[in-house]
Amino acid sequence: MAADRRVVYMNARLIDPSSGRDERGALLTVGGKIWDLGAALFADGITDGSEVVDCKGMCLTPGFIDMQVFLGESVGTTARAAAAGGVTTIATMPNMNPVVDRASLVDYVERLAQDSGVRIHPIAAATKDLGGEEMTEIGLLRQAGALAFTDGRKAIADSQVMRRILTYARAHDALVIQHAEDPMLAREGVMNEGEMATRLGLPGIPAIAEVIMIERDLRLVELTGCRYHVGLVTTAAAVDAIRQAKAAGLPVTCGTAPHYFALNELAVAEYRTFARTSPPLRTEEDRRAVVEGLADGTIDVIVSSHDPHDVESKRLPFDLAASGVIGLETILPIMLELHHGGHVPLARLLTALTSRPAQILGIPGGKLAKGEPADLALFDPDRPWRVDPEQFRSKAKNSPFEGRPVQGRIVRTIVGGRTVYQAG
Amino acid sequence: MKPQEIAALLDLGDSYLERYRGGKKIKKVLKNRTQINLFFEESTRTSTSFELAGKRLGADVINMVTSTSSIKKGETLIDTAMTLNAMRPSVLVIRHGSSGAAALLAQKVNCAVINAGDGRHEHPTQALLDALTIRRRKGRIQGLTVAICGDILHSRVARSNIHLLNAMGARVRVVAPPTLLPVAVDRLGVDVFHDMRSGLAGADIVMMLRLQTERMKGAFVPSTREYFHFYGLDADKLAMAKPDAMIMHPGPMNRGVEIDTEVADDIDRSAIREQVETGVAIRMACLDALCRDLDAEEDD
Repeated sequence: MAADRRVVYMNARLIDPSSGRDERGALLTVGGKIWDLGAALFADGITDGSEVVDCKGMCLTPGFIDMQVFLGESVGTTARAAAAGGVTTIATMPNMNPVVDRASLVDYVERLAQDSGVRIHPIAAATKDLGGEEMTEIGLLRQAGALAFTDGRKAIADSQVMRRILTYARAHDALVIQHAEDPMLAREGVMNEGEMATRLGLPGIPAIAEVIMIERDLRLVELTGCRYHVGLVTTAAAVDAIRQAKAAGLPVTCGTAPHYFALNELAVAEYRTFARTSPPLRTEEDRRAVVEGLADGTIDVIVSSHDPHDVESKRLPFDLAASGVIGLETILPIMLELHHGGHVPLARLLTALTSRPAQILGIPGGKLAKGEPADLALFDPDRPWRVDPEQFRSKAKNSPFEGRPVQGRIVRTIVGGRTVYQAG
Repeated sequence: MKPQEIAALLDLGDSYLERYRGGKKIKKVLKNRTQINLFFEESTRTSTSFELAGKRLGADVINMVTSTSSIKKGETLIDTAMTLNAMRPSVLVIRHGSSGAAALLAQKVNCAVINAGDGRHEHPTQALLDALTIRRRKGRIQGLTVAICGDILHSRVARSNIHLLNAMGARVRVVAPPTLLPVAVDRLGVDVFHDMRSGLAGADIVMMLRLQTERMKGAFVPSTREYFHFYGLDADKLAMAKPDAMIMHPGPMNRGVEIDTEVADDIDRSAIREQVETGVAIRMACLDALCRDLDAEEDD
């Protein structure tokens, strides 16, 4: 692509959550950057021979930044799925084979990602081989480009290990991401503990397994001052704990995924393994608390927690099936349910998917502003469709939203000024 | 199941029980039918009971016992189901260590599927045979007080019995230490007791469950000695129940753990051996009911 290629996005509803901008106007990209934008730009319709994209009044926002994606299948299909979902940047979890716990592997993931079409940032393991015992080379990994440290689907459970990681990571200004689930309390469990699990005869994971882990960590954060992020918050008690920690001024942030605000444990009925997730889907009360947490900003970011699994690992009895769902291609319409339902304002939702994750990860992007990377999502917020995983770019089809009628569709995704997805 | 459907199955089971007790001829309604017993868990009495029931009705019975030690047991379930389906059996009887396994199998095959126990979810034919045993001794189920005692948490027998007995109008109590009760068990429509004496007070039926040590990862009770002291059924605790209270146990019993030998063998009070006999009859009823419809379809 020519470095001076000029593209004008005309007739757009420009929404930039970081500045509060929401107006009809145009946006000009030159090369890989946003050059200019606003209601006055090209108001006379003269575009100096630039390439013109007519947005037809649809929403033009910063490209989405997804902080939690598992590379369960090839980088290529994952990147295509991301692009189709309006996601221009993904942070990948260290759960790969081999585990991303050395600087050379961070480099390897970055090279795999180079021509994928979207931006990919590796998150490294917090402990060697995700073993939960020995700290990884946090400083070297950070220099190599690792944005954060986590043990992925496993909690960093040992209090002493966690304390040391937070203490050490603080010196490198590194972010530590926790999978907040006490493994001892969750040990046998395969779904949320409660009446539903009792009726289905499935061992339950208690809701307190989440808040107990978070509350322990908060004490350690208080002690160490390290930046701490809870990957997925799913219970009312956890939302409360984080709300209080933020009020107390701790450097704490957290995220959640669409299935935790769009579904509850009833989705598991009839042993639907596509609704087996970790943490498990919770009660309706918890779901409402997550929505509230998003609305008041306690929950900072929305992630897909995209976790591909093939049919073979899902077509099993529930307790033997893999947990995890795909979500890159449904993140926008499921999120918009909260906007259409009047539960969370659109700008607030978009913040959780653009500027806030950029800020937490310390990366550029997530804003519509002069000089920012030209990473954009163009979508029609109202267009109705029905979720059909067969149409997905993702190779795996394990979506819990199959058949769900939704509103809001990605029309075009732009990364570095280049269109990487366009709806057919 | 609806109460009328349960009653119909119990009636059918009752008539089979009378017929073979009386040495009367039993119509071979399952002649030329294939019944496959697919057991992924060790079982003696249930598999034997199903085998005998099938044979008494004239079915060709095949027993398959598959080891569950393999980590690929789930895969084996689907694969085995597809293979067996191709052999066109009339009925598959399945037991599996995972809750929901029978339901999953039923989605994959064209024949009738009987759940002979899935994980800690359900064991419907056990509940049916218990109901028939109660009805034969007490003449009714409606209005009786049934105390289910012991390891409710890991018990599929308990879940099936709670559903069935509630449907038939009994008052169901569960008696167990809190660690052996599933969360929100009261939502299933039972009264919960942690003290066995008060749980047994005035009960018509005392249903004991086996302490499922093989399902227990870690300790749910401090020791079998302590368990027996507080929750083992002995003459002393039994005295709290009605004088004519009947004792039941799905077997196999751990004598001295959940039940005292003297009580278990008390011919007047214990229905434990009768349960075994009723089990064959009720499974004949289930097989008959399922295969009758098949006949009708094929005659069309």
